[in-house]
Amino acid sequence: MKRIRVIPVLLWKGDGLVKSVTFKNHKYVGDPINAVKIFNEKEVDELSLIDITASRQGRKPNIKKIREIASEAFMPVSYGGGITLIDEVKEILFTGIEKVIINKSAVQNPDLISDIAEKFGSQSIMVSIDVKKNIWGKYRVYTDGGTKDTGQHPVQFAKDCVHKGAGEILLTSINRDGTYQGFDIEIIREVASAISVPLVACGGAASVADFYKVVTEANASAVAAGSMFVFQRPHNAVLISYPSQQVLEQQLYSAL
Amino acid sequence: MVVILDYGIGNVFSIYNMIKKIGIAAEVTNDVTKVMQASKIILPGVGHFKYCMQQLRKEIFFDTLQERVLNNKIPVLGVCVGCQMLMETSEEGNEKGLGWIKGSVVRFKENELVQGQKIPHMAWTDVTPSKDCKLYDGIEEPRFYFSHSYHLAPAIEIQATATSIYGYPFTASVANNNIMGVQFHPEKSHRFGMKLYENFARLY
Repeated sequence: MKRIRVIPVLLWKGDGLVKSVTFKNHKYVGDPINAVKIFNEKEVDELSLIDITASRQGRKPNIKKIREIASEAFMPVSYGGGITLIDEVKEILFTGIEKVIINKSAVQNPDLISDIAEKFGSQSIMVSIDVKKNIWGKYRVYTDGGTKDTGQHPVQFAKDCVHKGAGEILLTSINRDGTYQGFDIEIIREVASAISVPLVACGGAASVADFYKVVTEANASAVAAGSMFVFQRPHNAVLISYPSQQVLEQQLYSAL
Repeated sequence: MVVILDYGIGNVFSIYNMIKKIGIAAEVTNDVTKVMQASKIILPGVGHFKYCMQQLRKEIFFDTLQERVLNNKIPVLGVCVGCQMLMETSEEGNEKGLGWIKGSVVRFKENELVQGQKIPHMAWTDVTPSKDCKLYDGIEEPRFYFSHSYHLAPAIEIQATATSIYGYPFTASVANNNIMGVQFHPEKSHRFGMKLYENFARLY
């Protein structure tokens, strides 16, 4: 049976986890270690943990806290936020984190991607690309939590990152983030078909049906979501959830 | 004591975390004396085959490791690239492997994958063990997390102890008596991985 990775993305800000809508209006959703423990019990495929203010505040990764979180996680965990140096990557991987995620550094210092790939293998480096459709309807790569337009087009940028050695691309639609409107099929399909490595689609998921759609229509290799796993609708009460194996098998895997 | 070899390569602590969680005594070390006293050894590895091999050979414990495994026949479990290193050669770099299991490590054949499948194979995938491999005892519908671009190609068919499918069937684990290896990451595979490490620690 073909299995698609279903990945909760945890946004870490200050001491806690938050969730945003279009990268704004952060709402507190709980403690990271507690969340990881719950996701363990739910046997999630993988987790992504992103310190969303580290780069903007010029902070380095909080290794101590990362180690605490990693020691509780029995699934693959990727970490992103504030990574600028190869030594930081080594420290992070040594805490038990499976792969590092870079975003702003991929724009500012693309050679870091090759350095990581050469030393630790491309499976340990994921590049996170945040895309926004601007007022002229053009897709652009943004950094700094969606506040800074790099002027780059996501397809070319993704290809450059893969050429440098990125093992995976996490593509997040800023416009769809937290909206439950479904994935941005158009840009995901465009990027996925242009690159030779797995693409993880993120932004807008509301249901397993959305996962199925983005895999079959846009050729995403894996799917990620935030709000869907930390909120209960319609009132967005905080409640951690994850589809059961049975649901995934019936509504996603066996339908592929 | 289960010794997890530390030779400067990444995934040692996630293995340690899981074994500790199971409640089995383990230690992460590069100390020759500890390798000499180990009842079982786990050989981790991630990243480049060549880089891992070179780092491993540099360790002072390297000769002791060979002696413990080949002469004293203590159980050893290679994980991911640690498993690939058990083989003789790899297409990833020109460095020789340990050669404890005959055969090689080859890159996934792109033209034999299903359309849309990418390399690396990074996924949870069902594993079909051979009947006589105790590592999988008590694991129902085993599935594990894989992250690799190269896979095992053992020369002796019966030394393949499990297969998985990614585009085509490939060898997911190997064994030659006391020498065992798994291509996937048990330490990232929830209860499936816990049971596998427990089996390695208790059944061999």
